[in-house]
Amino acid sequence: MKKLSARRRHPLAALVVLIFALAATGGLYAAFAPAEKAQADETSQSLAIEEGKKLYTVGCSSCHGTGGQGTSDGPSLVGVGAANVDFQVMTGRMPAQQPGAQVPRKKVVYTQAESDQLGAYIASLGPGPSVPEEEQYDPAGADIANGGELFRTNCAQCHNFTGKGGALTNGKYAPALDGVSNKHIYEAMLVGPQNMPSFPDGVMPPEDKRDIVAYVDEMNGKEATNPGGLSLGGFGPVSEGLFGWIFGLGALIVVAIWVAARTTKAKKS
Amino acid sequence: MSTTTAADDKRQPAGKGEKLADWADGRLGIYTIAKANLRKIFPDHWSFMLGEVALYSFIIIILTGVYLTLFFKPSMQEVVYDGSYVPLQGIPMSEAFASTVEISFDVRGGLLMRQVHHWAAIVFVASMLVHMFRVFFTGAFRKPREINWVFGFLLLVMGMFDGFLGYSLPDDLLSGTGVRFMEGAVLSVPLVGTYLQMFLFGGEFPGTDVIPRFYTIHVLLLPGIMLGLLVAHLFLVFYHKHTQFPGPGRTNNNVVGMPLMPVYMAKAGGFFFLVFGVIAAMSAIATINPIWSLGPYRPDQVSTNAQPDWYMGFSEGLIRIMPGWEFVIPGGYTLNLGVFIPLMLFGLILTAPMFYPFIEAWVTGDKREHHLLDRPRNRPVRTGIGAAYISLYLLLLVGGGNDLWATHFHLSINAITWTIRIGFFVLPVITFIVTKRICMALQRRDRDKVLHGRETGVIKRLPHGEFIEVHAPLSQEELFTLTSHEQPKPVELEAGTDENGVVRKAGMAQKLRAKLSRGFYGEDNQIPKPTADEYKEITSGHGHH
Repeated sequence: MKKLSARRRHPLAALVVLIFALAATGGLYAAFAPAEKAQADETSQSLAIEEGKKLYTVGCSSCHGTGGQGTSDGPSLVGVGAANVDFQVMTGRMPAQQPGAQVPRKKVVYTQAESDQLGAYIASLGPGPSVPEEEQYDPAGADIANGGELFRTNCAQCHNFTGKGGALTNGKYAPALDGVSNKHIYEAMLVGPQNMPSFPDGVMPPEDKRDIVAYVDEMNGKEATNPGGLSLGGFGPVSEGLFGWIFGLGALIVVAIWVAARTTKAKKS
Repeated sequence: MSTTTAADDKRQPAGKGEKLADWADGRLGIYTIAKANLRKIFPDHWSFMLGEVALYSFIIIILTGVYLTLFFKPSMQEVVYDGSYVPLQGIPMSEAFASTVEISFDVRGGLLMRQVHHWAAIVFVASMLVHMFRVFFTGAFRKPREINWVFGFLLLVMGMFDGFLGYSLPDDLLSGTGVRFMEGAVLSVPLVGTYLQMFLFGGEFPGTDVIPRFYTIHVLLLPGIMLGLLVAHLFLVFYHKHTQFPGPGRTNNNVVGMPLMPVYMAKAGGFFFLVFGVIAAMSAIATINPIWSLGPYRPDQVSTNAQPDWYMGFSEGLIRIMPGWEFVIPGGYTLNLGVFIPLMLFGLILTAPMFYPFIEAWVTGDKREHHLLDRPRNRPVRTGIGAAYISLYLLLLVGGGNDLWATHFHLSINAITWTIRIGFFVLPVITFIVTKRICMALQRRDRDKVLHGRETGVIKRLPHGEFIEVHAPLSQEELFTLTSHEQPKPVELEAGTDENGVVRKAGMAQKLRAKLSRGFYGEDNQIPKPTADEYKEITSGHGHH
């Protein structure tokens, strides 16, 4: 220690300290920063943006403008986020077929990879919600009862009790949730596409969204069962009344005609 | 002497059944009742069995309803669900809702019983309505059956309201919305609305009284009155004897058909089981009112597709097509015409049928008894009125389900609502005119058939080259059926002067009556049926084809 202390005024001392400091900083940086990955990501990210821009120019720019700024035919996409792109593109809503009250769900035209590239491009225009991770919308272990209560409070007034859809004004509608993937239901809540209000994480925490996804999956998913038999569409008393008149009273009238036609005929004199 | 002994010997000692019957006759007089009624004759027609469908579904409702009362808890006490249905576990709800979920999932046969009860109610009201239309269009409501028409009408209305109360009992999100709707309708009544609401609910909505009160009315009060009315209704059917369609051998003073015992006993008994079978099959196939997926009622929640059962659907239609008119009268009183006008129209549309027999009797001045039915075409105005009523009713049902029409036919709900608003005034008028024209056309066709015979489809070429279609003359029976109806004359105003030469003034009512009567039976409103002379003239040879 004394040696070191004696040479602290050596002309090269500052240089040595500097070398040590640099080595420490560099070493720490190398140890803690995911330098390699970050670099690779950046490259792929910028590549995705590049590819996405090309796809965008071909498929979207005629309505949304060349830079996503929007035109009279389509809204601005600045700040809508990759989640919105994933929802609109992967449910087939975008690219839209024709203008109208509402853009319907239809056949998906882009692959997931292309959609992700489009999403990357749109996300680069301005910050917005990103595509949720799988564990965010995984129904396993979620609180279905809480999801049901939240669904009835926030969703049922447009989408019906179990997500069979409903009418809105002037030809608009809340679509049925049959066959919609959990991811897209989550995204729809996150971004509020078309006529739907959005429920960002500040309004509805991610766990609650997951509970709702789990409830819809339970009531309306592929494995959902209906304990009472045919659900008749799940639309409530209108379809029940129709069924009752046609198959209930209709069948009974047929039976009545059958019974009345089979009778002992009085002999003709 | 010897013969009597022989006869006495041949007679077998009275069996056990006969002894029992004798015992009962000594105390109840069953022999006299049986003698008078067991051979009662009923005519045969499928449309006479529609009332039976209503009767049997009512019995099914009572049977299943008794089962449900064993498990249902009519209480609005809040409980936290911990039963076997996972998506509702841990949710606070009323005991009424919790016990209905329990009936559905944890009571043996409970869900089937619920579904049989509810489907039978749907069929019950539907069959009453169709039965009523049969009676209406065939004129079976005329003297002496007006009172029975009123009884039947009361049964229909009570059936509707009892159905509404039953639909409300589970306290689910759908029915709770319906009760809220009803509360709004009560509140819209000027002056007394708020008092009525407080009286009905025992405080602010929803309170804790409404489900127990509805329960008592649903299982005791209304079914009790309905049972009484039903007995009276059936008693009057026996007393008046059944009506029959006109035909050879059938007059206003006889009934042609089969005896109650054994033919109709067997038929009606068998038909009961057929009705039960159809309703049970429906209930096993299709779900109705899945309250577990609707969730418990909370005043802050609501769902789309919130509609009442079909028989209340026309009230929903009225409220949906009505513009939301609301005024504040100086002084701070709110007049909610957007709800009050539909409420008034609801009452009007509902009760109009009750008065019809009396109105028609007054207009036509017909005070005779009628036991022969009318063919609907021979009474074009009545048939037109009935068809107009049905068209209005169906239009309002469409209005009540306008959201489903919008989503399923890809229409704008606003466009549907406006179409129905206009149709509300226009459609019944068009339907009346069209139906009346169709009836008159059918009368012309009947006249043509009587005078010229039935078209055979056989084309014959005459020697000089003309083509004619061969017409086959009708049988005597067919001719009778087509011409036996009477064609009444309209009521005329009394002669202008009385015996002292004083000019008699006709009152407003008299003038109105004469005018309406001409509308019913005036020259332009029925085709004169062929007379015997006309028939002879045309079939005697000259001028035939």
